[in-house]
Parts: sequence; C-alpha cells; structure tokens
Amino acid sequence: MAVIKTNNEIIWKRRTTKKQLAIWLAWLVGISIVLFAWSIISERTVWFFVQDAPRQAADIGGRMVPPKWSYISKLITPVWDTINIATLGTVIAMIIAVPVAFCAARNTTPHSTVRVVALFIIVSSRSVNSLIWALMLVFILGPGVLAGTIAIGLRSIGFCAKLIYESIEEIDENQVEAIKATGASNLQRMTYGILPQVLPTIAGVGIYRWDINIRESTILGLVGAGGIGLQLSASINTLAWTQVSTILLVILVTVFISEWVSAKVRGAII
Amino acid sequence: MLKLENLTKRYNTGDLALQGVDLEIPDGQVLALIGPSGAGKSTLIRCVNRLVEPTDGSATLNDENLTKLSSRALRRARRRMGMIFQEYALVERLTVMENVLSGRLGYVGFWRSYFRKFPKDDVREAFRLLDRVGLLEMADKRADELSGGQRQRVGICRALIQNPDLLLVDEPTASLDPKTSRQIMRLINELCAERGLTAIINIHDVLLAQMFSQRIVGLALGKIVYDGSPEGLTPEVLTQIYGEEDWSATIEKVDDEDEDD
Repeated sequence: MAVIKTNNEIIWKRRTTKKQLAIWLAWLVGISIVLFAWSIISERTVWFFVQDAPRQAADIGGRMVPPKWSYISKLITPVWDTINIATLGTVIAMIIAVPVAFCAARNTTPHSTVRVVALFIIVSSRSVNSLIWALMLVFILGPGVLAGTIAIGLRSIGFCAKLIYESIEEIDENQVEAIKATGASNLQRMTYGILPQVLPTIAGVGIYRWDINIRESTILGLVGAGGIGLQLSASINTLAWTQVSTILLVILVTVFISEWVSAKVRGAII
Repeated sequence: MLKLENLTKRYNTGDLALQGVDLEIPDGQVLALIGPSGAGKSTLIRCVNRLVEPTDGSATLNDENLTKLSSRALRRARRRMGMIFQEYALVERLTVMENVLSGRLGYVGFWRSYFRKFPKDDVREAFRLLDRVGLLEMADKRADELSGGQRQRVGICRALIQNPDLLLVDEPTASLDPKTSRQIMRLINELCAERGLTAIINIHDVLLAQMFSQRIVGLALGKIVYDGSPEGLTPEVLTQIYGEEDWSATIEKVDDEDEDD
C-alpha cells in the first residue's frame, strides 16, 4: 500500500509506482516466454499432419460406429477386475495412509524425525504416477490384477495421507485441550479429542480417492496390470475400432456409476 | 487448599505472562479472577493443571506440588481438577453423553474408553448430573446441536463427573447472553456449594464476579493488584486493575444483589 503525502493532500494508491512497474515487467517477461516457446513448437510441428487431423479423427470416429454390442459379454470380467483393483487399492492405501497422516501432522507426530519419514513417504508416493508404479510392479510381480492393485495402493497413500494430515493440523485444539485436562492419556486424547474431528475427512478422502482410482485403474491394463485397459490396448493394436468404442462406453458408464455412489456416500457422511 | 507460590510464566516469545504470583485459596472458596485481556488470567489457571508449563514457582494442591509431577502423576492429579472453558470446548461430533463421560477418561483404561464401555456407576452419575443441570433428554443428542448455554452445562457436567477437588473455570460466560451468563454462574456457584468445591473463575464481567464470588483477585500485567472482598471494588481499585475509565455504571450497589431474580 502506498500512502503519499504532498503539501496539501494525502494520496492513497494500491501500489507504489515501483511495485506497479515491476508487475508490468513480470507480465512482459511471461508473455515473451510463451510467444518464444510457441514459435519453437510451431517450427517442429509437421503442419500437414495437423491439417489432416480433423479428417483422420472423423475417419476413426466413423469406424467406431456402431459399437460392437456383442463384445460387452467379454468385458464383464475385466470391468469387475477394474472395480476390484480400485476398491482394494483404496482400502490398502487408507490402512497405511491414516497412521502415516498422524505421524506427518505437526500436532500429533511422536517425533520430528518420524515426521520427516512420514513426509518422505507421502512425497515419494505422490511423485510417481500409478501407471509408472504399475509398469515397475508388472516386472516385479508379473502381469495381472495384483500388480494393478498394489500400484493403485502405492499411488493413493500419499494423496490420502496428505489430505488427512492437513485436516489433522487444522483441528480445534480447544477440544483436545479439554480432553487433556480430564487426565486422559495420549491415546485417549487421540481417540476422543482428535479422531471425532477428522473422521468425516478420513471417510470423505477415502471415497474421493476411490472415485479417482476407478478411473485410474481403467488404464492400468495398458501396461499389463489387469483390468479393462488390457482389452482397450489389444483392441487399439488390432484396429478393432468398434470394440474400442464399446469399451469407452463401458468405462463411461462405470465412472458415471462410481461418481454417483461417491456423491451419495459423501452426502451421507457430512 | 490450593497454594500458588511465586508462580511465573514466560512464553517463548519473551512475554512475561505471570510475574511471581502468590495466592492461597482455602477449601470451598469461590474466587473470581478479574483483569484486562492479556493480564495472565488464562495462563494462571492453566499453570495450575499444567496445560501451560509454569517457568518458575509452584502450585500446591492439598500438599501435592503439582509443578514437580511426572507426566503419569500429573494425569492422576488432573483427575482432581475439573476445567470449564470459554468456548465450551466440547467434542462437537460426539454425543452429550460421550462428552460427559469423557470426564472419566482419567479413571478408565484405553480400550474400555475406546469401545465406550464405561463403568455402570459412571453412566449413572452422568445421568444424575445431566438431570441436575436440566439436560436429561439431551443425552443422546450430538454436542453441536445444543445452544450455547446448554453446551456450557454439558461442559460443567464433564468437569464435575471427574469428582474434582478444584474447579478451574476460564471465562465461562464470555460467549453467552446476559441471562444465560447469570444462570450459568449461579449453577456453578450452587454446585460448588453443594460439593464444597474450591473454584477459580476467570471472568470479564465485574458485576457477575461481584454477584457470584466470595473473594475477588485482580490481575494486571501478570501481577496481583487487588485481593479482597467483592464489596471492596471501588473505582480506584478498578482503575488500578484495568486502567482509567468511568466506573460508575460498573460497580454494583451491594444491597441490590437480587435485582435479576
């Protein structure tokens, strides 16, 4: 804030002239970078293919209709696998994420070293995409549903633990203090003072992540980690476009149902 | 008897919240602690049950030096000190009954408390207390469904079910309307009389302090500047506690004690 005193008046402006100039300069630099990057990308693009893109897309789209409805009977098992990967993966992740979150939250961690370890677990889990986890686990465990489940689990630990520990740090400390004042032990303080406050978050995060995991697990089959992605990649590779469209529709319906379920459950909790 | 000797608290920020407070409170006395915001009232009562660790000095309850206790012994000692809070500090998502029973946590093992298997006597006592404060029908309601006055009554039950010797009361009426404030103060007073409890009540409202306590201690900048009867609060004393102001409307004329009944 800038308050400028002149001889006969006090002037107020939002920013000082210097600050305003700095902001203009920052915009100028930012826009120049974008334009520069655009020119590089443009140079390296084969524009003929891009011009051709609408025709190609229309062509593939044309080959996709009508969807091969008879193929659905072969998709039931993969869809079931996909749902199981997502659900089991989320359960495993939540079982690990809740204690990790309590270790990572500033106000509940037993020791600052433990906190560092917990934060490291969270960051490393979050930094690797589940597709990459799956790729590695297929090598370790062999292809199949197990690799997919663990990949989903590993990816979700960090996500869930981060959201939960942030909510633990935001609890009302007065309630915990009151429990402490009764002579309660540390564990009792946790279960009476803290847990009731974060339970809705824990449940909400679990449901939200499950919803995300349904979508994530549909692609894990691309690297052989089980689920409907296996059929999808096989169908694309064999140019069976009517099967591809069937699969995409099935995924759409599955995701739609999972959204509906999670919205209902979340509504019931909060 | 509660005895504070040279009780001192310096916060990490360097603020000296209490500067060597000496205070002796005989059994069964209800004492009101008044003073401006930041005078150290909250710090003082929290130094007694060590929600805040005193830097120096001691607090002795019935010949036990509270400041020297190990964490285990401190938990035992806290069972004998009930605390009532400004914003009620109930666990909002637990039921009224669970909140009242949480006052027994110091007496009940972890798993029993986790599965809510409190001893029958505790549950009976909880019902009796809820009945006493007029909330028997609310036992199964969630704490966040209650009004302010009702919540504070639950807070009182939680403190009393500890079967304490001492009540530490931190601004019990700060979030309540004038009528409810009086009702709550009267209730605390009656309960202290029924059970012969010693109590320290932090309070902003000078008039309420005068109406409902036997002794008033004024705190300013971490030091006791007044210790005496409610009648002794003259404009000069209030100026000493709070600073210069027109006090004529604040001081109660001692003979209209029953004006609000």
